[in-house]
Amino acid sequence: MGGTDQVNQAYAEGIDAGRLLIQQCLDCQRCQFYPRITCSHCAGDRLDWTESRGGGVVVSFTVVRRGVSADFIAPYVVALVELDEGVRMMTHIVGPDPEQVQIGTPVVLTFQPVGAAGRLPVFSPSPLQQGEASP
Amino acid sequence: MRALSDIAIVGSYETTLGVVTDRGPMALGVEATLGAIADAGLKPGDVDGLITCNSLVVPVMYHAEATAEYAGLTPGHCLSVGTGGGTTFTALRYAAAAIQTGLAHTVVVAMADSMRSFMTRDRAMMVQSSSGHPIYEQPYGPTVPAYYALIARAHMATYGTTEADFAEAMVSSRAWASLNPTAQYREPVSVDDVLNSKPIADPLKLLDCSIVSDGGAAVVLTSLDRAHHLPHPPVMVRGYGEGHHYEHISQASSLTTSAAVDSGKAALAQAGIGVGEVDLAQLYDCFSPALLIQLEDLGFCDKGEAGALLASGATRPGGQLPVNTHGGMLSHCHPGNPGAMFGLTEAIRQYRGTAGDRQLDRLEHTLLHAQGGIMSSHATLILGRGDRG
Repeated sequence: MGGTDQVNQAYAEGIDAGRLLIQQCLDCQRCQFYPRITCSHCAGDRLDWTESRGGGVVVSFTVVRRGVSADFIAPYVVALVELDEGVRMMTHIVGPDPEQVQIGTPVVLTFQPVGAAGRLPVFSPSPLQQGEASP
Repeated sequence: MRALSDIAIVGSYETTLGVVTDRGPMALGVEATLGAIADAGLKPGDVDGLITCNSLVVPVMYHAEATAEYAGLTPGHCLSVGTGGGTTFTALRYAAAAIQTGLAHTVVVAMADSMRSFMTRDRAMMVQSSSGHPIYEQPYGPTVPAYYALIARAHMATYGTTEADFAEAMVSSRAWASLNPTAQYREPVSVDDVLNSKPIADPLKLLDCSIVSDGGAAVVLTSLDRAHHLPHPPVMVRGYGEGHHYEHISQASSLTTSAAVDSGKAALAQAGIGVGEVDLAQLYDCFSPALLIQLEDLGFCDKGEAGALLASGATRPGGQLPVNTHGGMLSHCHPGNPGAMFGLTEAIRQYRGTAGDRQLDRLEHTLLHAQGGIMSSHATLILGRGDRG
């Protein structure tokens, strides 16, 4: 034992430090998520870590009414968010009224405990956008 | 090498389906295997290839080999596949390829599982949702309905699809299932019944979701020259295609158009037919949005039009495009990995003219579609009617 995928380890250490790390390819300059040992766009292996600026937009979402296990108290909002860096990730939408989110709603990164996994990157509707019509 | 058009399905068998508490996955798989061999008019010793799908409920390391041992078979070739879904028809295509290349003469494809009665509801939920990425998706607690809800919501935003459009999937499914004595749920439902059913993962309700079942099925494939000596008219494999754009939903470049576009085009091209020549479509209706998107991506209607197609009644009994005449996974049977097998065994029943109240008047070409993951891996199969030789 003792084996671990270094890219996953680096991502997890970023989370622990309150940073959402994504990879950028030094050859084609594009970003990718989830982290890999090679670039999924150009197959290059010169990848660097960059910290997400934390802005994104909701691509799709669902209010889960029946949780997957006792660790998840329904309802909770599972979403796909596209970060400003051009990568997409699964996440939660949190905040005072997460069910009011829409596709296209701008969101900002925060960190919260999720299920049994400890603190994870999640998103809340951007304060600048709250109260405005959905885009 | 033989042509794909020389490969025939000559045997077919379904176990008792629905809630089966007295036989587990291995026993059901063996029952299906031996049942299909007998249905083909063959003896166990005539089979020299066995392809099975592993059980999610009671996984076995060497599944096909263990199935052969239990059944008393000593085939020259065994292959176990890890998952069902689209892999179901991939397994069938590999069975055909084995016969085409002379690796084997007669191959059984068998799948069975017992998600309903040999696993707790909570455990079944966990096992199914484990198709999500273990590090980058599962920690967020997505359920399988939630994955499909993400797709449904995107389809609504892109095409104006409504929850009532999705509800039409179950209405069509139950219209057929009410005619099928082996269907697990047979009570007809209305759009309102679906809309008023329990919310699961918005916008999906309970009646947008497939059922949880026990059961198994198997088919026997051989070459057409051998098929001519067997009791049933052969059902021919005319075309096949696959498409794979991603595995995990968070990696999908499109949530609303799937790799069924690729698999459908390839299968129809190999069969040399247009989608308008399909008389029966047996699709993978694990969740209502999956059915709508397959109808669109396979070319039965334009993008965004599947709800209207279903609402028109075309897919129901008496309609122009019968879909899932057995009732599909929404109503008939969905034990987990083997789900797509029952679309296949029903198609064979339709070719043989033994589909009872569901029997179609006219049937030349059947399009079968199956998918795995979260609308991730797609396989399309075209079957045709064989002559008696």
